[in-house]
Amino acid sequence: MNVTAPRVAFPPNWRARAAWIALVLYIVYACSLLDFTWARFMVGLDNGARFIGRMLPPNFTRWEILVKGLTESIEIAILASVLGILLSLPIGLFAARNLMPLWVTWPSRILIALCRSFHPVIVAIVFVKALGFGAMSGIAALTVASIGFAGKLFAEAIEEISLKQVEAVRATGAPFMNVITYGVLPQVFGRFLGFSTYQLDSNLRNSTMVGIVGAGGIGGALFAAFQRFDYDFVCAMLLSIILLIFAGEVVANKVRAIFVERTRVDEE
Amino acid sequence: MENAALSIRDLTKEYVRGKPVLRGISLDFAGSGFTAIIGPSGTGKSTLIRCINRLVEPTAGSVIFENQDIVALPRRALRLARRQIGMVFQEYNLVERLTVMENLLSGRLGYVAPWKAWLRRFPQSDIDDAFELLDVVGLAGFANQRADSLSGGQRQRVGIARAVMQRPRLLLADEPTSSLDPKTSVEIMTLLRDLGRAKKIPVIVNMHDVELAKRFADRVIGMSGGVVVYDGAPSGLNDTDLKSIYGGEDWLQ
Repeated sequence: MNVTAPRVAFPPNWRARAAWIALVLYIVYACSLLDFTWARFMVGLDNGARFIGRMLPPNFTRWEILVKGLTESIEIAILASVLGILLSLPIGLFAARNLMPLWVTWPSRILIALCRSFHPVIVAIVFVKALGFGAMSGIAALTVASIGFAGKLFAEAIEEISLKQVEAVRATGAPFMNVITYGVLPQVFGRFLGFSTYQLDSNLRNSTMVGIVGAGGIGGALFAAFQRFDYDFVCAMLLSIILLIFAGEVVANKVRAIFVERTRVDEE
Repeated sequence: MENAALSIRDLTKEYVRGKPVLRGISLDFAGSGFTAIIGPSGTGKSTLIRCINRLVEPTAGSVIFENQDIVALPRRALRLARRQIGMVFQEYNLVERLTVMENLLSGRLGYVAPWKAWLRRFPQSDIDDAFELLDVVGLAGFANQRADSLSGGQRQRVGIARAVMQRPRLLLADEPTSSLDPKTSVEIMTLLRDLGRAKKIPVIVNMHDVELAKRFADRVIGMSGGVVVYDGAPSGLNDTDLKSIYGGEDWLQ
């Protein structure tokens, strides 16, 4: 008989195991900090029931405030998306390391990283200080957020293109802008469209929130209603926001559908 | 050579310092004719072709084309020179998500302003040329198909048509048939040779198929280890030459 040990096809990965164990230990430790007790849970259930009771039925009597807030939120979302995406196109291109030299990509990447580093609400606070209360600040804040998100995704999409196609267009003696519109853009258009509609969706949700810090939209009214314990009005606004997000989703799908015919084979 | 259309002098390329891929190549090409460059993989054929239009930057030497040294040209002038040089690629390098027509017209991008190109507003003469070329390469009726829906042979026909759309003074082809079956390869070579003759421009083609080179070329250049080891008529190519190009001899049996 041969007594040598059987050959191992999958050697154990001790570092991965250690990482899993560390994660489990941390979760146990973090939970222990929460001061979670059964009594607290029961009180919470009771509070929750009373809260929901006061929300129903939703109160739509002050619908003017609601409609004004919603239209302002939509305005913030659309303007911030359009502005943010338009700015993201060149910034994303400049950040793409396969097309641009290092001295161009670095500043662009730093700009994108800065735009991404703060939550839109924090950026909104800064703009409210700078520009004053109102939709203007919300638009500025969400534009910054859009650049951080769309700019990064655009850059990554461009970095994944086939350079052979770019090389061929370059070999015809095409100027830089033509290389971009014929060699690069066709390869990324479908994905850019997807990112853009996703960004609109995200801005729509965020535009209902920046109002909490005074940057316009329905968030201001929502926050005020919370503070005055007008829970039935809160409920009316929450339902409207849900409707708005659904409507946004439908519009985004329609936009995609219009272009799907041209880019059907894109999603390999 | 007097009045050479293209003169390569002492061309050297080192991707890694001290390890030249091309070791001082000097060649002259007349204003017409079909030249095949043969040699084993990794011997610098592709690098040589790409140094001509500077898709690869030469390390030293000169490439004289239309009375100017392409190696010394600044960016803008290089762009203008590239408009005169059509290039066909091994993997076709079509813009996959554009239509056949858009791919053909991209051969004119060196002449069309960016906003007009963006709006697809090409001169009617270019569009007429494109339709005519589609007939020539046997793709009539394919104008509005997307490039990624074509077969390999069809793609290479589009690749050739795109290069010819430039109305080039020189046509380069980098292993244009290496990804194709033997029958399609012959058709593509025939197309390259016939178009070169019709437009009265020199055609320089890299290949590693010796038989195909002998069948189509007016002149064969054999490369090995970054230098030219054979340069002459295809009929003069004997086993000794092939041995010096590819090394060994067992494969010749």
